[in-house]
Amino acid sequence: MAVFFFALLYNVFARKIDVPTCIPYQASFQQSLVKQVDNTHYEVYVIAKMWAFDPAEITIPVGSTVDFYLSSADVVHGFNIERKGVNLMAVPGAVNKVTVKFTDYGTYRIVCHEYCGAGHHNMMAQVLVTYLKR
Amino acid sequence: MNISASYRRTILTGLFMPMTLFILGAYNGVMQTLYRAGVIHKAAVAGINYYQGLTMHGVINAIVLTTFFAVVFGHVTMSHYLKKEPPGWSYRISMVLMVIGTLIDAILMIMGKAQALYTFYAPLKNSPLFYLGTSLLIVGSWVAFFGWIKMYIDWKKEHPDGKMPIAVLGTFVNFTMWVISSIPVAYESLVLLMPWSAGWTEDINVPLTRMLFWMFGHPLVYFWLLPAYIAFYTILPKISGGKLYSGNAARLAFLLFLILSTPVGVHHQFSEPVMGQGTKLWVSILTYAVSIPSFMTAFTVGASLELAGRKRGARGLFDWMAKLPWFRSEYYLFGYFLCGLILFIFGGLSGIINASYSLNQMVHNTGWVPGHFHMTVAGPVLLVILGMSIYMYSTVSGKPVKFLTMVTLVPYVWMIGVALLSHGLMAGGLMGEPRRTNMGMSYTNPESNLFNSNWIPTATVTMFGGIVMGVAALIYFVSFFATALGKRTRQPVISLPESEELHEEKPIPLLHNMKPWIIASIILVMLTYIPSLMNVFKYSTPVSNKFNAESPVNESGNNDKYSQPVTNERAK
Repeated sequence: MAVFFFALLYNVFARKIDVPTCIPYQASFQQSLVKQVDNTHYEVYVIAKMWAFDPAEITIPVGSTVDFYLSSADVVHGFNIERKGVNLMAVPGAVNKVTVKFTDYGTYRIVCHEYCGAGHHNMMAQVLVTYLKR
Repeated sequence: MNISASYRRTILTGLFMPMTLFILGAYNGVMQTLYRAGVIHKAAVAGINYYQGLTMHGVINAIVLTTFFAVVFGHVTMSHYLKKEPPGWSYRISMVLMVIGTLIDAILMIMGKAQALYTFYAPLKNSPLFYLGTSLLIVGSWVAFFGWIKMYIDWKKEHPDGKMPIAVLGTFVNFTMWVISSIPVAYESLVLLMPWSAGWTEDINVPLTRMLFWMFGHPLVYFWLLPAYIAFYTILPKISGGKLYSGNAARLAFLLFLILSTPVGVHHQFSEPVMGQGTKLWVSILTYAVSIPSFMTAFTVGASLELAGRKRGARGLFDWMAKLPWFRSEYYLFGYFLCGLILFIFGGLSGIINASYSLNQMVHNTGWVPGHFHMTVAGPVLLVILGMSIYMYSTVSGKPVKFLTMVTLVPYVWMIGVALLSHGLMAGGLMGEPRRTNMGMSYTNPESNLFNSNWIPTATVTMFGGIVMGVAALIYFVSFFATALGKRTRQPVISLPESEELHEEKPIPLLHNMKPWIIASIILVMLTYIPSLMNVFKYSTPVSNKFNAESPVNESGNNDKYSQPVTNERAK
């Protein structure tokens, strides 16, 4: 168990695999946004609402690093990017943040994995990681 | 010992009523696996929609059945070891409150007025009466505990030198922890949620309600588990033919649960925005610590079983396992206990993975999580509940167990079902399959744009597991109700198999005094939850959101443009 624990700490410090970061709540995060900061760096404000994500489709070039800022407009939602181990909760009145690097091209589905009402099972978005220029 | 008629009726009601509701809980469990595997592509079957069924499955199986069992099993162990009945007011008031609370909740869930699942999920709202019903159930269980304290004080006066039996210590530890941890949820449901749901208040701090819920939600799982541990320590060694390896180890394990159960709730919130990383890491470490009493239990129970095998004539290194009374109908409880323990090996290990800080990011809210807890709550907890319920019903009512062969086989069938179900859920969860989701409508429906073929095989394994569990449950229900409706042939008594301890151990004063442990428990709770509360108020803000599960319109009237429904473009 000690080995197990040190493996976790190693991942946190050396490989930056960590739990989400806390951001104090600000109303400006309630407006969806995809912003290119520099060549490889993006900021995305995602709003989860019953029963869709806004933006529902995010297109970025391969090799981009994306900061996701996640908040909810109504109830609690989930945010799970497949194959990336990104797993966030969208809680109304709070902002969740995680940084992800997309090194391979492909479609990454984002599934809402927290019960949010009758349409919960239709709530999905995706990240398109592509070599194509827009 | 012989018992009075009213005490007997209370115990039998406390066994019969939750078992009747469990039929509904189990049915909805099986149905979910069918929806998820894509066999059913509908929102509702037989008037119960998926999420309503899921709410019933969670509330009935995890709160109603377990709380009733903890109280009834508490009555029987306390009376068996102290040779007394609790004061009449305590068991009567307790049972009346619990039954009323449960009926309110059951009616609301069947009417569809409560479908926010069992963690209450604000800002989705249930009917205000639902929060009241749940609170009555919990308060009812406290009243039973107050009666036992009175009973123990009387017993201590009559036996000044008597040492507290292990089962009594276990029951006291369990209910002390329960009272401490249900204060936050009582505050949440009665002060925050009920007035908000009734429309007297508008604003609600969602992260605060979630923190308070999990402050209760994790001790809740130990509240389910400790009655099973009491049975493993005090009953299992006897029926397997051995002795309890160490009484002091058993006491220490219970007392460690007392201090470590409550402050670990934040480990359900690793993916949430408001808790700091330091708090999360601290809680991870505490959760590792709370696995220690479980490892101790595995050792002590394993040693007791080996002893039993050797007494039955085993010689070699491993043949004691084969000598144990498997499939023997005169020891039918053995199967329930051992199948539960086998599942719990995997349930416990997967729990350590869940609690492991960043590793939790892989599995949070995916199918992995129900995969894990079906091997704990539907493993040792439920199997002990089923085995002991029929045993207690039979002895307390004086009616013999019907279909004994079937009753003996149930746990083995159930174990196979749970193994399949959990394997499917966990494998699917690692591929991102979400929990609490009617996948048959979208992800496992080939007609849908959201179809994901990767999840079909795992959801299908889950379904087979669910069906096997359903068959086991059906056999059990037939036997239980045939027993309950049968004729009385013996004198009703309270009696439990009672294990002896292997060694006469030196009594250690610290293990016979709960006070220092209660104080330590409160200090640890403060150490964890004061920083958490500071985080909550620093990082979050109350919102005036109030939603019905059926519609995205805010009932608080705050329908600004961000709250408006936006259709998913892919779904069009």
